[in-house]
Amino acid sequence: MTKTIPTISSTSIRSHGGARASRSLPAGVPPDTIVKWFRDMLLIREFEVRTMQAYQEKKIGGFCHVYIGQEAVAVGCTAAIRPDDPMITAYRDHGHALARGMSSRHCMAEMFGKIGGCAKGKGGSMHMFDRANNLFGGHGIVGAQTAVGTGLAFATKYEDEVINGGRSDRVTLCFLGDGALNQGVLHEAMNLAGLFDLPVIFVVENNGYSMGTAIERGTTMAHDLSVKAAAYGFDAIEVDGMDLIAVYEDMKAFCDSCRAASRPGFVDMKTYRYKGHSMSDPRKYRTREEEEHFESGDPIGKLRDVLLSAGVLDEAAVAAMQKEVRAEVKDALQWSEESPAPGIDELYHDVYVERWGPYTGTSLPEMLREEKR
Amino acid sequence: MSATAVREIEFRDALREAMSEEMRRDPKVFLLGEEVAEYDGAYKVSKGMLAEFGPRRIIDTPISENGFAGLGIGAAMMGLRPIVEFMSWSFSLVAADQILNNAPKMLYMSGGQFGCPIVFRGNDGAGGQLGSTHSWCVESLYANVPGLKMAIPSNPYDAKGLLKTAIRDADPVFFLESERMLSMKGEVPEEEYLIPFGQAAIRRTGEDCTIVSFGRPVHFAMEAAETLAAEDGIECEVIDGRTIRPLDLDTIVASVRKTNRCVVVDQSWSFASVGSEVAAQISEHCFDDLDNHVHRVHADDVPAPYASNLEQEMLPNPRKIRSAVLSACYRA
Ligand SMILES: Cc1ncc(C[n+]2csc(CCOP(=O)(O)OP(=O)(O)O)c2C)c(N)n1
Ligand SMILES: [Mg+2]
Repeated sequence: MTKTIPTISSTSIRSHGGARASRSLPAGVPPDTIVKWFRDMLLIREFEVRTMQAYQEKKIGGFCHVYIGQEAVAVGCTAAIRPDDPMITAYRDHGHALARGMSSRHCMAEMFGKIGGCAKGKGGSMHMFDRANNLFGGHGIVGAQTAVGTGLAFATKYEDEVINGGRSDRVTLCFLGDGALNQGVLHEAMNLAGLFDLPVIFVVENNGYSMGTAIERGTTMAHDLSVKAAAYGFDAIEVDGMDLIAVYEDMKAFCDSCRAASRPGFVDMKTYRYKGHSMSDPRKYRTREEEEHFESGDPIGKLRDVLLSAGVLDEAAVAAMQKEVRAEVKDALQWSEESPAPGIDELYHDVYVERWGPYTGTSLPEMLREEKR
Repeated sequence: MSATAVREIEFRDALREAMSEEMRRDPKVFLLGEEVAEYDGAYKVSKGMLAEFGPRRIIDTPISENGFAGLGIGAAMMGLRPIVEFMSWSFSLVAADQILNNAPKMLYMSGGQFGCPIVFRGNDGAGGQLGSTHSWCVESLYANVPGLKMAIPSNPYDAKGLLKTAIRDADPVFFLESERMLSMKGEVPEEEYLIPFGQAAIRRTGEDCTIVSFGRPVHFAMEAAETLAAEDGIECEVIDGRTIRPLDLDTIVASVRKTNRCVVVDQSWSFASVGSEVAAQISEHCFDDLDNHVHRVHADDVPAPYASNLEQEMLPNPRKIRSAVLSACYRA
């Protein structure tokens, strides 16, 4: 029976999501690794559920955007690259931070505005940075990170080739929302990346909406975004972002080829955010029916089914893992609660590297000092 | 005599020497911008640099200020040392988000994890009948933002010494040149030197009135000071700020405590400007020393006109500075 999905009319959106089976387990990947990805997705889901609660309890302020529904994207993409490959994203960034390896303590404490946060409580939900894990933010201005991400790729190539006299060997993943497709800066960045042969992959987390604007109300050629990349002379792929194995396999192949060729790439990553745009969104612009369609193809449930039927995990192991991530996030909340608020002297710290006038220089956050030990 | 004679070079040569020396010293330094490579620079500042350093380090960009400014910022976050040339600071307005939101705030937003050691440089101020879109004086607009530094040299010696400091600085530096000064010659020694930020230069000493200025108008202040000495018997002390952030308030305050009068000359508009900031600081720190309120000379509060006579009238000039000094000294 064909099911019509109201509100989102574009075939590009309707073609994904829903209760389709996951791809089968990827060959050549140790089962433990896939179990780790599964756990990462569980962790992000649990973390975000608790984030919403903490926001309601006013422990978190400002703008806060959760990643529920999109977990397979950050986890699968992280799995497809190397730890030394740079990554940069927009403000819906908790999932990327956790997938990249930031501890849930530092991530949560940042939102609590505490000194133990990854940015000492100076960045907030939209600014997750993790130098040790090559995460270059967390950026609040829609699209702005695409030029910066292009610069990260410029720098890896410059270091590898001009300074070290070798071959360009790293690839940068630059995430953006579908709303950022319409920012001029993206098009400048894509043109520069194409011209300069920069190994940067623009991953559009196409969740179908920018706030309340369905993609086809704001974006031309929404049914075939590959034309955007074609205009700048580079390859594009479309990926089912609701299937972790598809994300991993397709991104791995694409990243490998962009890395080898030192060329940019473009990904239409089809996904869906289950919750509102931010904490204050009643989602009147879409139907409950549409949401249910996507929820029925939940990326976590899909991978669980594959792992269960392959005998990699059993129900008890899944339940134990769920318990574990609940405990981890509970600990993160507790830890964030106890982490002190930044001292008032932090106001004039980290403004300039060098000390002058009222400015007291800079220092690494606790998170990186711990990892150095 | 000839052994110690200091050579004279143009302002643009001084800029080029600063960049080339720093590029020879540090492979992380590179130059990026419109027409910097094959065209030899829209104003010939980077002339010959492509031949020496090659296209991997002297990089022509398309006309995408927001894109290439952002690219430079990403590279700086990775630890490279980009020099981003804006053909004119007027065109930096389309890159405002990158240069104001990202470069100066990255260190803070990331809690000390990622700095942004980048230099943005180019022509600032009236180029000569370029009309209102091309004649921006961005100093007042941009100096408002914490996290950036701003240097504005008035002569070739300072241009070289300040630019070398800017390139080595760990923080983002906005470096404001002037098309009208690029051909100006000045003494620049062969030996290496750097000029630290936050140290104003006293260009002329005097007891009667302090004139504080930045960049090109320093020359108008000097001209006015000579006229005032010759025709009005007023001896001005002329201070060239050299950097706006950091501002060398100590030198300014010491001078005003001596002269008890002050005129600030700033080529940007007066409202919420570098000039109003300096005047406010002087009022705060020298309240009991002042014989008169701080006088200010700015560009007139209108868009930059095209017609030559109107443009000349709009900009700060020696006549306006002289009358401000006369007024400050109750001689008007
Ligand atoms: C330049 C700019 N304009 C507007 C906003 C306000 N804003 C924040 S998120 C958003 C929607 C972006 O949607 P999308 O890029 O699809 O990302 P998603 O929220 O779906 O992850 C808007 C309009 C902003 N942050 N920056
Ligand atoms: Mg979206």
